[in-house]
Amino acid sequence: MSAITTGAAPRASLAKLRQRRDRWGWLFIAPFLVVFIVFLVAPLGYAFWLSLWQKGLVGGARFTGLYNYVRVFTDPVFLQGLRRVAYYVLVMVPIQIGLATIIAMILDTLTTKLARLSRLLVFLPYAVPAMIGALMWSFLYSPNFGPITGLFKQFGLTAPNILAPDNIFGALVNVVTWQWVGYYMIIIFSALKAVDPSLYEAALLDGASTTQTAIHVKLPLIVPSLIMCTVFSLIGTLQFYTEPTILRAAAPSAIPVTYTPNMYAANVAFSRGLFNYASTIAFSLGIIVFIGSYLFLFLTRKQSGLK
Amino acid sequence: MSTSKPHGYQPKRIPSQVFLVILCVYFLIPLWWLLVASTKSNPDLFVSSSGPLWFSGHFSFFANLSGLSTYSNGIYWRWLGNSLLYAFVGGIGATTISVLAGYGFAKYNFKGRGFVFALVLGSVMVPATALVLPLFMMFSKLSLINTIWAVILPSLLSPVGTYLIRVYCQEALPDELMDAARVDGASEFRTFWSVSIPQLRPAIVTVLLLSVVATWNNFFLPQIMLSSSKLWPITVGLNYWLTHSSVGSTSEQVWNLVVSGAFVSIVPLIVAFLFLQRYWQSGLTLGSLK
Repeated sequence: MSAITTGAAPRASLAKLRQRRDRWGWLFIAPFLVVFIVFLVAPLGYAFWLSLWQKGLVGGARFTGLYNYVRVFTDPVFLQGLRRVAYYVLVMVPIQIGLATIIAMILDTLTTKLARLSRLLVFLPYAVPAMIGALMWSFLYSPNFGPITGLFKQFGLTAPNILAPDNIFGALVNVVTWQWVGYYMIIIFSALKAVDPSLYEAALLDGASTTQTAIHVKLPLIVPSLIMCTVFSLIGTLQFYTEPTILRAAAPSAIPVTYTPNMYAANVAFSRGLFNYASTIAFSLGIIVFIGSYLFLFLTRKQSGLK
Repeated sequence: MSTSKPHGYQPKRIPSQVFLVILCVYFLIPLWWLLVASTKSNPDLFVSSSGPLWFSGHFSFFANLSGLSTYSNGIYWRWLGNSLLYAFVGGIGATTISVLAGYGFAKYNFKGRGFVFALVLGSVMVPATALVLPLFMMFSKLSLINTIWAVILPSLLSPVGTYLIRVYCQEALPDELMDAARVDGASEFRTFWSVSIPQLRPAIVTVLLLSVVATWNNFFLPQIMLSSSKLWPITVGLNYWLTHSSVGSTSEQVWNLVVSGAFVSIVPLIVAFLFLQRYWQSGLTLGSLK
Protein backbone atom coordinates (compact mmCIF):
# COMPACT_ATOMS: atom_id res chain seq x y z
CA MET A 1 0.00 0.00 0.00
CA SER A 2 2.67 2.46 1.05
CA ALA A 3 4.56 1.91 -2.20
CA ILE A 4 1.67 3.40 -4.11
CA THR A 5 1.34 6.52 -1.95
CA THR A 6 4.95 7.48 -1.37
CA GLY A 7 5.79 8.66 -4.84
CA ALA A 8 7.94 7.92 -7.85
CA ALA A 9 11.09 6.28 -6.51
CA PRO A 10 9.47 3.28 -4.83
CA ARG A 11 7.19 2.83 -7.79
CA ALA A 12 10.18 2.57 -10.08
CA SER A 13 11.78 -0.01 -7.82
CA LEU A 14 8.52 -1.94 -7.78
CA ALA A 15 8.58 -2.07 -11.54
CA LYS A 16 12.18 -3.25 -11.38
CA LEU A 17 11.22 -5.93 -8.88
CA ARG A 18 8.50 -7.04 -11.21
CA GLN A 19 10.88 -7.18 -14.12
CA ARG A 20 13.36 -9.21 -12.06
CA ARG A 21 10.63 -11.58 -11.04
CA ASP A 22 9.48 -11.98 -14.63
CA ARG A 23 12.86 -13.42 -15.50
CA TRP A 24 11.78 -16.51 -13.58
CA GLY A 25 9.61 -17.23 -16.60
CA TRP A 26 12.70 -18.36 -18.51
CA LEU A 27 13.48 -20.86 -15.77
CA PHE A 28 10.00 -22.37 -15.99
CA ILE A 29 10.07 -22.70 -19.75
CA ALA A 30 13.72 -23.85 -19.88
CA PRO A 31 13.03 -27.64 -19.87
CA PHE A 32 10.45 -27.18 -22.61
CA LEU A 33 12.85 -25.10 -24.68
CA VAL A 34 15.56 -27.75 -24.38
CA VAL A 35 13.19 -30.51 -25.52
CA PHE A 36 11.83 -28.25 -28.25
CA ILE A 37 15.27 -27.51 -29.65
CA VAL A 38 16.71 -31.00 -29.30
CA PHE A 39 13.73 -33.03 -30.53
CA LEU A 40 12.10 -30.65 -32.98
CA VAL A 41 14.42 -27.96 -34.29
CA ALA A 42 17.56 -30.12 -34.43
CA PRO A 43 16.06 -33.13 -36.26
CA LEU A 44 14.30 -30.86 -38.75
CA GLY A 45 17.51 -28.96 -39.32
CA TYR A 46 19.48 -32.17 -39.70
CA ALA A 47 16.94 -33.60 -42.14
CA PHE A 48 17.13 -30.43 -44.19
CA TRP A 49 20.93 -30.66 -44.19
CA LEU A 50 20.79 -34.29 -45.31
CA SER A 51 18.34 -33.39 -48.05
CA LEU A 52 20.98 -31.15 -49.63
CA TRP A 53 23.31 -34.10 -50.25
CA GLN A 54 23.29 -37.13 -52.40
CA LYS A 55 25.06 -40.39 -51.89
CA GLY A 56 27.43 -41.10 -54.75
CA LEU A 57 27.90 -44.50 -56.32
CA VAL A 58 31.57 -44.50 -55.41
CA GLY A 59 31.04 -43.82 -51.72
CA GLY A 60 30.99 -40.43 -50.10
CA ALA A 61 28.24 -37.86 -50.36
CA ARG A 62 28.01 -35.08 -52.88
CA PHE A 63 26.51 -31.67 -52.11
CA THR A 64 23.71 -31.17 -54.57
CA GLY A 65 21.86 -28.20 -53.12
CA LEU A 66 18.17 -28.17 -53.82
CA TYR A 67 18.42 -30.85 -56.51
CA ASN A 68 16.62 -33.42 -54.31
CA TYR A 69 13.64 -31.08 -54.06
CA VAL A 70 13.43 -30.78 -57.83
CA ARG A 71 13.44 -34.59 -57.88
CA VAL A 72 10.72 -34.91 -55.22
CA PHE A 73 8.32 -32.52 -56.87
CA THR A 74 8.70 -34.27 -60.21
CA ASP A 75 8.62 -37.76 -58.69
CA PRO A 76 5.36 -39.36 -59.94
CA VAL A 77 5.16 -41.73 -56.95
CA PHE A 78 5.41 -38.89 -54.43
CA LEU A 79 2.95 -36.73 -56.37
CA GLN A 80 0.51 -39.60 -56.64
CA GLY A 81 0.69 -40.18 -52.89
CA LEU A 82 0.20 -36.48 -52.32
CA ARG A 83 -2.85 -36.38 -54.59
CA ARG A 84 -4.21 -39.40 -52.77
CA VAL A 85 -3.95 -37.82 -49.30
CA ALA A 86 -5.36 -34.56 -50.70
CA TYR A 87 -8.36 -36.56 -51.89
CA TYR A 88 -8.64 -38.10 -48.43
CA VAL A 89 -8.57 -34.61 -46.93
CA LEU A 90 -11.42 -33.48 -49.22
CA VAL A 91 -13.60 -36.43 -48.30
CA MET A 92 -12.58 -37.38 -44.78
CA VAL A 93 -12.27 -33.99 -43.07
CA PRO A 94 -15.82 -32.79 -43.89
CA ILE A 95 -17.29 -36.18 -42.94
CA GLN A 96 -15.48 -36.23 -39.60
CA ILE A 97 -16.16 -32.63 -38.60
CA GLY A 98 -19.73 -32.71 -39.93
CA LEU A 99 -20.62 -35.89 -38.11
CA ALA A 100 -18.89 -34.73 -34.92
CA THR A 101 -20.85 -31.46 -35.04
CA ILE A 102 -24.21 -33.15 -35.59
CA ILE A 103 -23.59 -35.62 -32.75
CA ALA A 104 -22.41 -32.87 -30.40
CA MET A 105 -25.49 -30.75 -31.23
CA ILE A 106 -27.87 -33.64 -30.49
CA LEU A 107 -26.07 -34.56 -27.27
CA ASP A 108 -26.17 -30.91 -26.23
CA THR A 109 -29.97 -30.75 -26.37
CA LEU A 110 -30.79 -34.23 -25.11
CA THR A 111 -30.26 -35.12 -21.47
CA THR A 112 -31.51 -38.70 -21.61
CA LYS A 113 -29.62 -41.77 -20.41
CA LEU A 114 -29.25 -42.76 -24.05
CA ALA A 115 -27.51 -39.45 -24.78
CA ARG A 116 -25.04 -39.98 -21.94
CA LEU A 117 -24.34 -43.52 -23.09
CA SER A 118 -23.82 -42.34 -26.67
CA ARG A 119 -21.35 -39.68 -25.57
CA LEU A 120 -19.32 -42.37 -23.86
CA LEU A 121 -19.48 -44.89 -26.71
CA VAL A 122 -18.69 -42.36 -29.44
CA PHE A 123 -15.60 -41.24 -27.53
CA LEU A 124 -14.43 -44.74 -26.59
CA PRO A 125 -12.42 -45.37 -29.80
CA TYR A 126 -10.09 -42.56 -28.71
CA ALA A 127 -8.88 -44.89 -25.94
CA VAL A 128 -8.06 -47.55 -28.57
CA PRO A 129 -4.74 -47.22 -30.42
CA ALA A 130 -5.22 -46.43 -34.12
CA MET A 131 -3.20 -49.56 -34.87
CA ILE A 132 -5.76 -51.73 -33.08
CA GLY A 133 -8.71 -49.81 -34.54
CA ALA A 134 -7.38 -50.56 -38.02
CA LEU A 135 -6.71 -54.18 -37.02
CA MET A 136 -10.31 -54.71 -35.86
CA TRP A 137 -11.77 -53.22 -39.02
CA SER A 138 -9.43 -55.24 -41.23
CA PHE A 139 -10.84 -58.41 -39.64
CA LEU A 140 -14.41 -57.16 -40.04
CA TYR A 141 -13.74 -56.35 -43.71
CA SER A 142 -12.05 -59.66 -44.38
CA PRO A 143 -13.98 -62.21 -46.49
CA ASN A 144 -12.49 -64.97 -44.32
CA PHE A 145 -13.10 -63.54 -40.86
CA GLY A 146 -15.74 -60.86 -41.17
CA PRO A 147 -19.52 -61.00 -41.03
CA ILE A 148 -20.10 -59.64 -44.53
CA THR A 149 -19.68 -62.91 -46.45
CA GLY A 150 -22.14 -64.71 -44.17
CA LEU A 151 -24.61 -61.87 -44.24
CA PHE A 152 -24.79 -61.76 -48.04
CA LYS A 153 -24.95 -65.56 -48.25
CA GLN A 154 -28.14 -65.53 -46.20
CA PHE A 155 -29.80 -63.58 -48.96
CA GLY A 156 -28.21 -65.70 -51.64
CA LEU A 157 -25.88 -62.92 -52.80
CA THR A 158 -22.14 -62.76 -53.28
CA ALA A 159 -20.49 -60.34 -50.93
CA PRO A 160 -18.48 -57.41 -52.30
CA ASN A 161 -14.82 -57.50 -51.34
CA ILE A 162 -14.28 -54.40 -49.26
CA LEU A 163 -10.53 -54.92 -49.43
CA ALA A 164 -10.47 -54.77 -53.24
CA PRO A 165 -8.60 -51.82 -54.83
CA ASP A 166 -11.86 -50.10 -55.81
CA ASN A 167 -13.27 -50.17 -52.31
CA ILE A 168 -10.21 -49.51 -50.17
CA PHE A 169 -10.72 -45.75 -50.17
CA GLY A 170 -14.11 -46.00 -48.50
CA ALA A 171 -12.82 -48.72 -46.18
CA LEU A 172 -10.06 -46.43 -44.90
CA VAL A 173 -12.40 -43.44 -44.59
CA ASN A 174 -14.61 -45.58 -42.37
CA VAL A 175 -11.73 -46.71 -40.14
CA VAL A 176 -10.52 -43.14 -39.57
CA THR A 177 -14.05 -41.83 -39.01
CA TRP A 178 -14.71 -44.50 -36.38
CA GLN A 179 -11.41 -43.74 -34.69
CA TRP A 180 -11.53 -39.94 -34.52
CA VAL A 181 -15.09 -38.61 -34.62
CA GLY A 182 -15.46 -39.01 -30.84
CA TYR A 183 -12.42 -36.85 -30.14
CA TYR A 184 -13.69 -33.98 -32.29
CA MET A 185 -17.18 -34.48 -30.88
CA ILE A 186 -15.90 -33.94 -27.32
CA ILE A 187 -14.09 -30.74 -28.33
CA ILE A 188 -17.19 -29.37 -30.08
CA PHE A 189 -19.47 -30.59 -27.30
CA SER A 190 -17.55 -28.70 -24.63
CA ALA A 191 -17.60 -25.58 -26.81
CA LEU A 192 -21.39 -25.91 -26.98
CA LYS A 193 -21.56 -26.32 -23.22
CA ALA A 194 -19.71 -23.02 -22.89
CA VAL A 195 -22.38 -21.17 -24.90
CA ASP A 196 -24.49 -18.90 -22.67
CA PRO A 197 -28.02 -20.45 -22.55
CA SER A 198 -29.68 -17.01 -22.51
CA LEU A 199 -28.48 -16.58 -26.10
CA TYR A 200 -30.69 -19.33 -27.46
CA GLU A 201 -33.48 -19.47 -24.91
CA ALA A 202 -35.01 -16.35 -26.40
CA ALA A 203 -35.02 -17.97 -29.83
CA LEU A 204 -36.62 -21.12 -28.43
CA LEU A 205 -39.32 -19.11 -26.68
CA ASP A 206 -40.00 -17.27 -29.93
CA GLY A 207 -40.89 -20.62 -31.39
CA ALA A 208 -37.69 -21.49 -33.24
CA SER A 209 -37.13 -25.23 -33.53
CA THR A 210 -34.12 -26.88 -31.90
CA THR A 211 -32.65 -27.44 -35.35
CA GLN A 212 -33.07 -23.78 -36.27
CA THR A 213 -31.50 -22.67 -33.01
CA ALA A 214 -28.65 -25.08 -33.53
CA ILE A 215 -27.88 -23.77 -37.01
CA HIS A 216 -28.52 -20.05 -36.55
CA VAL A 217 -27.53 -19.41 -32.94
CA LYS A 218 -25.16 -22.10 -31.72
CA LEU A 219 -23.19 -22.93 -34.85
CA PRO A 220 -21.77 -19.42 -35.38
CA LEU A 221 -20.64 -19.38 -31.75
CA ILE A 222 -18.57 -22.56 -31.97
CA VAL A 223 -16.79 -21.74 -35.23
CA PRO A 224 -13.39 -21.32 -33.51
CA SER A 225 -13.42 -24.87 -32.20
CA LEU A 226 -14.66 -26.18 -35.56
CA ILE A 227 -11.63 -24.52 -37.13
CA MET A 228 -9.29 -26.08 -34.56
CA CYS A 229 -10.79 -29.52 -35.21
CA THR A 230 -10.48 -29.02 -38.96
CA VAL A 231 -6.80 -28.16 -38.62
CA PHE A 232 -6.13 -31.23 -36.48
CA SER A 233 -8.02 -33.41 -38.90
CA LEU A 234 -6.18 -31.87 -41.86
CA ILE A 235 -2.76 -32.45 -40.27
CA GLY A 236 -3.67 -36.01 -39.29
CA THR A 237 -4.94 -36.91 -42.75
CA LEU A 238 -2.00 -35.47 -44.70
CA GLN A 239 0.38 -37.64 -42.69
CA PHE A 240 -1.73 -40.77 -43.09
CA TYR A 241 0.38 -43.79 -42.15
CA THR A 242 -0.85 -46.20 -39.47
CA GLU A 243 -4.22 -47.25 -40.89
CA PRO A 244 -3.10 -47.98 -44.46
CA THR A 245 -0.01 -49.79 -43.11
CA ILE A 246 -2.15 -52.12 -40.98
CA LEU A 247 -4.77 -52.69 -43.68
CA ARG A 248 -1.99 -53.55 -46.11
CA ALA A 249 -1.52 -56.89 -44.33
CA ALA A 250 -5.03 -57.88 -45.45
CA ALA A 251 -5.07 -55.99 -48.76
CA PRO A 252 -1.54 -55.96 -50.19
CA SER A 253 -2.74 -55.53 -53.77
CA ALA A 254 -5.01 -52.57 -52.97
CA ILE A 255 -2.48 -50.69 -50.82
CA PRO A 256 1.02 -50.45 -52.29
CA VAL A 257 3.95 -49.63 -49.98
CA THR A 258 3.99 -46.15 -51.50
CA TYR A 259 0.30 -45.47 -50.84
CA THR A 260 0.85 -42.24 -48.86
CA PRO A 261 3.85 -39.86 -48.79
CA ASN A 262 4.75 -41.01 -45.27
CA MET A 263 4.70 -44.67 -46.31
CA TYR A 264 6.76 -43.76 -49.37
CA ALA A 265 9.36 -41.95 -47.24
CA ALA A 266 9.68 -44.92 -44.86
CA ASN A 267 9.96 -47.27 -47.83
CA VAL A 268 12.64 -45.17 -49.54
CA ALA A 269 14.64 -45.04 -46.31
CA PHE A 270 14.41 -48.62 -45.08
CA SER A 271 13.84 -50.77 -48.15
CA ARG A 272 16.02 -48.82 -50.53
CA GLY A 273 18.47 -47.21 -48.12
CA LEU A 274 18.18 -43.77 -49.74
CA PHE A 275 18.32 -41.70 -46.57
CA ASN A 276 19.05 -38.37 -48.24
CA TYR A 277 16.09 -38.73 -50.54
CA ALA A 278 13.87 -39.95 -47.69
CA SER A 279 14.83 -36.87 -45.69
CA THR A 280 13.80 -34.75 -48.65
CA ILE A 281 10.39 -36.45 -48.82
CA ALA A 282 9.82 -36.11 -45.05
CA PHE A 283 10.89 -32.49 -45.05
CA SER A 284 8.77 -31.63 -48.10
CA LEU A 285 5.71 -33.27 -46.57
CA GLY A 286 6.27 -31.42 -43.31
CA ILE A 287 6.49 -28.10 -45.16
CA ILE A 288 3.35 -28.84 -47.18
CA VAL A 289 1.39 -29.73 -44.03
CA PHE A 290 2.67 -26.66 -42.23
CA ILE A 291 1.85 -24.33 -45.11
CA GLY A 292 -1.53 -25.99 -45.62
CA SER A 293 -2.63 -25.62 -42.02
CA TYR A 294 -1.14 -22.14 -41.72
CA LEU A 295 -2.95 -21.04 -44.85
CA PHE A 296 -6.20 -22.47 -43.54
CA LEU A 297 -5.79 -20.66 -40.22
CA PHE A 298 -4.87 -17.46 -42.04
CA LEU A 299 -7.94 -17.61 -44.27
CA THR A 300 -10.23 -18.28 -41.33
CA ARG A 301 -8.56 -15.88 -38.92
CA LYS A 302 -11.60 -13.62 -38.79
CA GLN A 303 -13.92 -16.47 -37.88
CA SER A 304 -11.59 -18.13 -35.42
CA GLY A 305 -10.60 -14.96 -33.62
CA LEU A 306 -6.93 -15.97 -33.76
CA LYS A 307 -4.51 -13.17 -34.39
CA MET B 1 -36.66 -18.55 -14.37
CA SER B 2 -34.19 -18.37 -17.15
CA THR B 3 -31.54 -20.60 -15.61
CA SER B 4 -32.34 -23.86 -17.34
CA LYS B 5 -33.78 -24.94 -20.64
CA PRO B 6 -37.50 -24.22 -20.90
CA HIS B 7 -39.47 -27.13 -19.50
CA GLY B 8 -42.42 -28.51 -21.32
CA TYR B 9 -40.64 -27.65 -24.55
CA GLN B 10 -38.85 -30.94 -24.90
CA PRO B 11 -40.53 -33.01 -27.59
CA LYS B 12 -39.56 -36.66 -27.66
CA ARG B 13 -37.19 -36.11 -30.58
CA ILE B 14 -37.67 -39.63 -31.90
CA PRO B 15 -35.43 -39.17 -34.98
CA SER B 16 -32.56 -38.01 -32.78
CA GLN B 17 -32.99 -40.96 -30.43
CA VAL B 18 -33.02 -43.42 -33.33
CA PHE B 19 -29.91 -41.77 -34.74
CA LEU B 20 -28.17 -42.18 -31.39
CA VAL B 21 -29.06 -45.87 -31.20
CA ILE B 22 -27.56 -46.40 -34.67
CA LEU B 23 -24.45 -44.52 -33.59
CA CYS B 24 -24.06 -46.62 -30.46
CA VAL B 25 -24.28 -49.81 -32.52
CA TYR B 26 -21.77 -48.51 -35.07
CA PHE B 27 -19.22 -47.48 -32.47
CA LEU B 28 -19.63 -50.69 -30.48
CA ILE B 29 -19.48 -53.24 -33.30
CA PRO B 30 -15.69 -53.48 -33.67
CA LEU B 31 -15.20 -53.68 -29.90
CA TRP B 32 -17.99 -56.23 -29.55
CA TRP B 33 -16.44 -58.27 -32.36
CA LEU B 34 -13.06 -58.14 -30.61
CA LEU B 35 -14.56 -59.30 -27.31
CA VAL B 36 -16.32 -62.22 -29.00
CA ALA B 37 -13.33 -63.13 -31.16
CA SER B 38 -10.98 -63.22 -28.19
CA THR B 39 -12.96 -66.20 -26.87
CA LYS B 40 -12.41 -68.22 -30.03
CA SER B 41 -9.75 -70.71 -31.07
CA ASN B 42 -7.82 -70.30 -34.31
CA PRO B 43 -10.08 -72.50 -36.47
CA ASP B 44 -13.23 -71.05 -34.86
CA LEU B 45 -12.22 -67.58 -36.00
CA PHE B 46 -12.58 -68.71 -39.62
CA VAL B 47 -15.65 -70.86 -39.71
CA SER B 48 -18.12 -70.87 -36.93
CA SER B 49 -21.78 -71.59 -37.25
CA SER B 50 -22.63 -68.72 -34.93
CA GLY B 51 -20.96 -66.14 -37.17
CA PRO B 52 -18.19 -63.66 -36.31
CA LEU B 53 -20.41 -61.53 -34.09
CA TRP B 54 -21.52 -64.26 -31.70
CA PHE B 55 -19.77 -66.76 -29.41
CA SER B 56 -18.96 -70.21 -30.72
CA GLY B 57 -19.66 -73.43 -28.87
CA HIS B 58 -16.44 -73.62 -26.91
CA PHE B 59 -14.93 -70.89 -24.86
CA SER B 60 -11.20 -70.56 -25.61
CA PHE B 61 -10.41 -67.26 -23.96
CA PHE B 62 -8.23 -68.82 -21.24
CA ALA B 63 -6.55 -71.10 -23.75
CA ASN B 64 -5.71 -67.95 -25.75
CA LEU B 65 -4.40 -66.25 -22.64
CA SER B 66 -2.06 -69.11 -21.90
CA GLY B 67 -1.07 -69.04 -25.57
CA LEU B 68 -0.07 -65.41 -25.12
CA SER B 69 2.08 -66.44 -22.16
CA THR B 70 3.89 -69.26 -23.94
CA TYR B 71 4.20 -68.22 -27.60
CA SER B 72 7.73 -66.85 -28.21
CA ASN B 73 8.44 -67.23 -24.50
CA GLY B 74 5.57 -64.98 -23.54
CA ILE B 75 6.99 -61.95 -25.34
CA TYR B 76 3.45 -60.54 -25.45
CA TRP B 77 3.57 -59.53 -21.78
CA ARG B 78 6.90 -57.90 -22.36
CA TRP B 79 5.38 -55.81 -25.17
CA LEU B 80 2.55 -54.79 -22.87
CA GLY B 81 5.07 -53.87 -20.16
CA ASN B 82 7.07 -51.82 -22.69
CA SER B 83 3.94 -49.94 -23.73
CA LEU B 84 3.21 -49.14 -20.09
CA LEU B 85 6.77 -48.00 -19.50
CA TYR B 86 6.87 -45.74 -22.56
CA ALA B 87 3.41 -44.33 -21.94
CA PHE B 88 4.00 -43.52 -18.29
CA VAL B 89 7.56 -42.25 -18.45
CA GLY B 90 6.80 -40.30 -21.63
CA GLY B 91 3.42 -39.09 -20.37
CA ILE B 92 4.60 -38.02 -16.91
CA GLY B 93 7.69 -36.36 -18.39
CA ALA B 94 5.69 -34.51 -21.05
CA THR B 95 3.14 -33.37 -18.48
CA THR B 96 5.80 -32.08 -16.08
CA ILE B 97 7.51 -30.12 -18.83
CA SER B 98 4.20 -28.77 -20.15
CA VAL B 99 3.00 -27.66 -16.72
CA LEU B 100 6.23 -25.78 -16.02
CA ALA B 101 6.25 -24.15 -19.44
CA GLY B 102 2.53 -23.34 -19.58
CA TYR B 103 2.77 -21.74 -16.14
CA GLY B 104 5.86 -19.77 -17.14
CA PHE B 105 4.18 -18.48 -20.28
CA ALA B 106 0.99 -17.54 -18.45
CA LYS B 107 2.32 -15.94 -15.31
CA TYR B 108 5.63 -14.23 -16.15
CA ASN B 109 5.84 -11.37 -18.57
CA PHE B 110 9.48 -11.90 -19.55
CA LYS B 111 11.13 -10.37 -22.60
CA GLY B 112 10.72 -12.48 -25.71
CA ARG B 113 7.68 -14.29 -24.36
CA GLY B 114 5.52 -13.45 -27.35
CA PHE B 115 8.09 -14.70 -29.82
CA VAL B 116 8.79 -17.96 -28.03
CA PHE B 117 5.11 -18.67 -27.57
CA ALA B 118 4.48 -18.05 -31.26
CA LEU B 119 7.08 -20.78 -31.92
CA VAL B 120 5.17 -23.15 -29.65
CA LEU B 121 1.91 -22.43 -31.46
CA GLY B 122 3.60 -22.91 -34.81
CA SER B 123 5.00 -26.26 -33.72
CA VAL B 124 1.49 -27.51 -32.97
CA MET B 125 1.19 -27.56 -36.75
CA VAL B 126 4.35 -29.57 -37.34
CA PRO B 127 3.03 -33.08 -37.83
CA ALA B 128 4.49 -35.58 -35.37
CA THR B 129 5.12 -38.16 -38.05
CA ALA B 130 6.98 -35.63 -40.18
CA LEU B 131 9.52 -35.72 -37.33
CA VAL B 132 9.88 -39.49 -37.24
CA LEU B 133 12.36 -39.89 -40.10
CA PRO B 134 14.41 -36.80 -39.17
CA LEU B 135 14.59 -38.08 -35.59
CA PHE B 136 15.67 -41.46 -36.88
CA MET B 137 18.51 -39.90 -38.90
CA MET B 138 19.65 -37.84 -35.92
CA PHE B 139 19.34 -40.67 -33.40
CA SER B 140 21.27 -43.05 -35.60
CA LYS B 141 24.16 -40.56 -35.59
CA LEU B 142 23.92 -40.47 -31.77
CA SER B 143 23.62 -44.28 -31.49
CA LEU B 144 20.26 -43.95 -29.76
CA ILE B 145 18.47 -46.15 -32.29
CA ASN B 146 17.03 -49.34 -30.85
CA THR B 147 17.04 -48.09 -27.27
CA ILE B 148 14.06 -47.18 -25.12
CA TRP B 149 15.20 -43.55 -25.25
CA ALA B 150 14.50 -43.35 -28.97
CA VAL B 151 10.81 -43.71 -28.11
CA ILE B 152 10.65 -41.94 -24.75
CA LEU B 153 12.64 -38.78 -25.44
CA PRO B 154 10.67 -37.51 -28.47
CA SER B 155 7.40 -38.03 -26.59
CA LEU B 156 8.48 -35.48 -23.97
CA LEU B 157 7.57 -32.70 -26.36
CA SER B 158 3.93 -31.63 -26.07
CA PRO B 159 3.16 -28.20 -27.52
CA VAL B 160 -0.58 -28.87 -27.19
CA GLY B 161 -0.19 -29.71 -23.50
CA THR B 162 1.80 -26.52 -22.93
CA TYR B 163 -0.87 -24.53 -24.71
CA LEU B 164 -3.68 -26.05 -22.65
CA ILE B 165 -1.89 -25.42 -19.35
CA ARG B 166 -1.20 -21.82 -20.31
CA VAL B 167 -4.85 -21.16 -21.11
CA TYR B 168 -5.95 -22.86 -17.89
CA CYS B 169 -3.48 -20.81 -15.83
CA GLN B 170 -4.76 -17.59 -17.37
CA GLU B 171 -8.38 -18.45 -16.67
CA ALA B 172 -8.35 -20.35 -13.40
CA LEU B 173 -5.33 -19.11 -11.48
CA PRO B 174 -5.76 -15.56 -10.18
CA ASP B 175 -2.61 -13.45 -9.77
CA GLU B 176 -3.89 -12.28 -6.37
CA LEU B 177 -3.55 -15.81 -5.02
CA MET B 178 0.12 -15.93 -6.05
CA ASP B 179 0.76 -12.42 -4.73
CA ALA B 180 -0.67 -13.39 -1.35
CA ALA B 181 1.84 -16.21 -1.11
CA ARG B 182 4.66 -13.89 -2.18
CA VAL B 183 3.73 -11.33 0.46
CA ASP B 184 4.01 -14.13 2.98
CA GLY B 185 7.59 -14.54 1.84
CA ALA B 186 7.23 -17.61 -0.36
CA SER B 187 9.81 -18.01 -3.13
CA GLU B 188 8.68 -18.31 -6.76
CA PHE B 189 9.13 -22.08 -6.73
CA ARG B 190 7.35 -22.40 -3.41
CA THR B 191 4.45 -20.32 -4.75
CA PHE B 192 4.33 -22.56 -7.81
CA TRP B 193 4.50 -25.78 -5.82
CA SER B 194 2.16 -25.13 -2.93
CA VAL B 195 -0.23 -22.49 -4.26
CA SER B 196 -0.49 -22.91 -8.02
CA ILE B 197 -0.15 -26.68 -8.52
CA PRO B 198 -3.21 -27.55 -6.38
CA GLN B 199 -5.28 -25.09 -8.42
CA LEU B 200 -4.13 -26.64 -11.66
CA ARG B 201 -4.97 -30.22 -10.76
CA PRO B 202 -7.83 -30.74 -13.27
CA ALA B 203 -5.70 -29.38 -16.10
CA ILE B 204 -2.75 -31.53 -15.06
CA VAL B 205 -4.82 -34.73 -15.03
CA THR B 206 -6.24 -33.91 -18.46
CA VAL B 207 -2.84 -33.19 -20.00
CA LEU B 208 -1.47 -36.36 -18.40
CA LEU B 209 -4.33 -38.35 -19.88
CA LEU B 210 -3.77 -36.84 -23.33
CA SER B 211 -0.02 -37.44 -23.35
CA VAL B 212 -0.21 -40.98 -21.92
CA VAL B 213 -2.74 -41.86 -24.63
CA ALA B 214 -0.58 -40.26 -27.33
CA THR B 215 2.47 -42.31 -26.33
CA TRP B 216 0.45 -45.48 -25.75
CA ASN B 217 -1.02 -45.19 -29.26
CA ASN B 218 2.32 -44.53 -30.90
CA PHE B 219 3.03 -46.79 -33.85
CA PHE B 220 5.12 -45.09 -36.54
CA LEU B 221 7.89 -43.86 -34.21
CA PRO B 222 8.60 -47.15 -32.36
CA GLN B 223 8.17 -49.12 -35.58
CA ILE B 224 10.94 -47.10 -37.19
CA MET B 225 13.19 -46.75 -34.13
CA LEU B 226 13.17 -50.24 -32.63
CA SER B 227 14.47 -53.29 -34.46
CA SER B 228 14.81 -55.56 -31.44
CA SER B 229 11.50 -57.28 -30.72
CA LYS B 230 12.23 -57.18 -26.99
CA LEU B 231 11.82 -53.40 -26.99
CA TRP B 232 8.64 -53.23 -29.03
CA PRO B 233 5.48 -51.74 -27.59
CA ILE B 234 2.26 -53.68 -28.04
CA THR B 235 1.22 -51.89 -31.25
CA VAL B 236 4.41 -52.83 -33.12
CA GLY B 237 4.41 -56.37 -31.71
CA LEU B 238 0.83 -57.08 -32.75
CA ASN B 239 1.53 -55.68 -36.21
CA TYR B 240 4.42 -58.16 -36.52
CA TRP B 241 2.13 -61.07 -35.61
CA LEU B 242 -0.53 -59.76 -37.96
CA THR B 243 1.75 -59.52 -40.99
CA HIS B 244 3.29 -62.90 -40.20
CA SER B 245 -0.11 -64.52 -39.92
CA SER B 246 -1.08 -62.99 -43.27
CA VAL B 247 1.92 -64.16 -45.26
CA GLY B 248 3.37 -66.98 -43.17
CA SER B 249 2.89 -70.73 -43.25
CA THR B 250 0.07 -72.36 -41.28
CA SER B 251 2.26 -72.92 -38.24
CA GLU B 252 3.00 -69.20 -38.09
CA GLN B 253 -0.65 -68.23 -38.17
CA VAL B 254 -1.53 -66.99 -34.73
CA TRP B 255 -4.79 -65.17 -35.52
CA ASN B 256 -6.21 -66.11 -32.12
CA LEU B 257 -3.22 -64.56 -30.37
CA VAL B 258 -3.44 -61.38 -32.48
CA VAL B 259 -7.10 -61.00 -31.58
CA SER B 260 -6.96 -61.90 -27.89
CA GLY B 261 -3.73 -59.93 -27.52
CA ALA B 262 -5.41 -56.85 -29.01
CA PHE B 263 -8.38 -57.34 -26.69
CA VAL B 264 -6.29 -57.67 -23.51
CA SER B 265 -4.19 -54.64 -24.46
CA ILE B 266 -7.11 -52.23 -24.84
CA VAL B 267 -8.86 -53.17 -21.59
CA PRO B 268 -6.67 -51.10 -19.22
CA LEU B 269 -7.08 -47.84 -21.14
CA ILE B 270 -10.81 -48.29 -21.65
CA VAL B 271 -11.24 -48.90 -17.92
CA ALA B 272 -9.12 -45.84 -17.14
CA PHE B 273 -11.30 -43.74 -19.43
CA LEU B 274 -14.47 -44.96 -17.78
CA PHE B 275 -13.10 -43.96 -14.38
CA LEU B 276 -11.67 -40.63 -15.50
CA GLN B 277 -14.78 -39.51 -17.36
CA ARG B 278 -15.12 -36.24 -15.55
CA TYR B 279 -11.71 -35.14 -16.74
CA TRP B 280 -12.11 -35.73 -20.44
CA GLN B 281 -15.76 -34.71 -20.40
CA SER B 282 -15.08 -31.45 -18.62
CA GLY B 283 -14.58 -28.23 -20.51
CA LEU B 284 -10.83 -28.46 -20.63
CA THR B 285 -10.34 -28.98 -24.31
CA LEU B 286 -9.34 -26.68 -27.08
CA GLY B 287 -13.02 -26.27 -27.85
CA SER B 288 -13.72 -24.06 -24.90
CA LEU B 289 -11.13 -21.54 -25.98
CA LYS B 290 -11.84 -18.25 -27.53
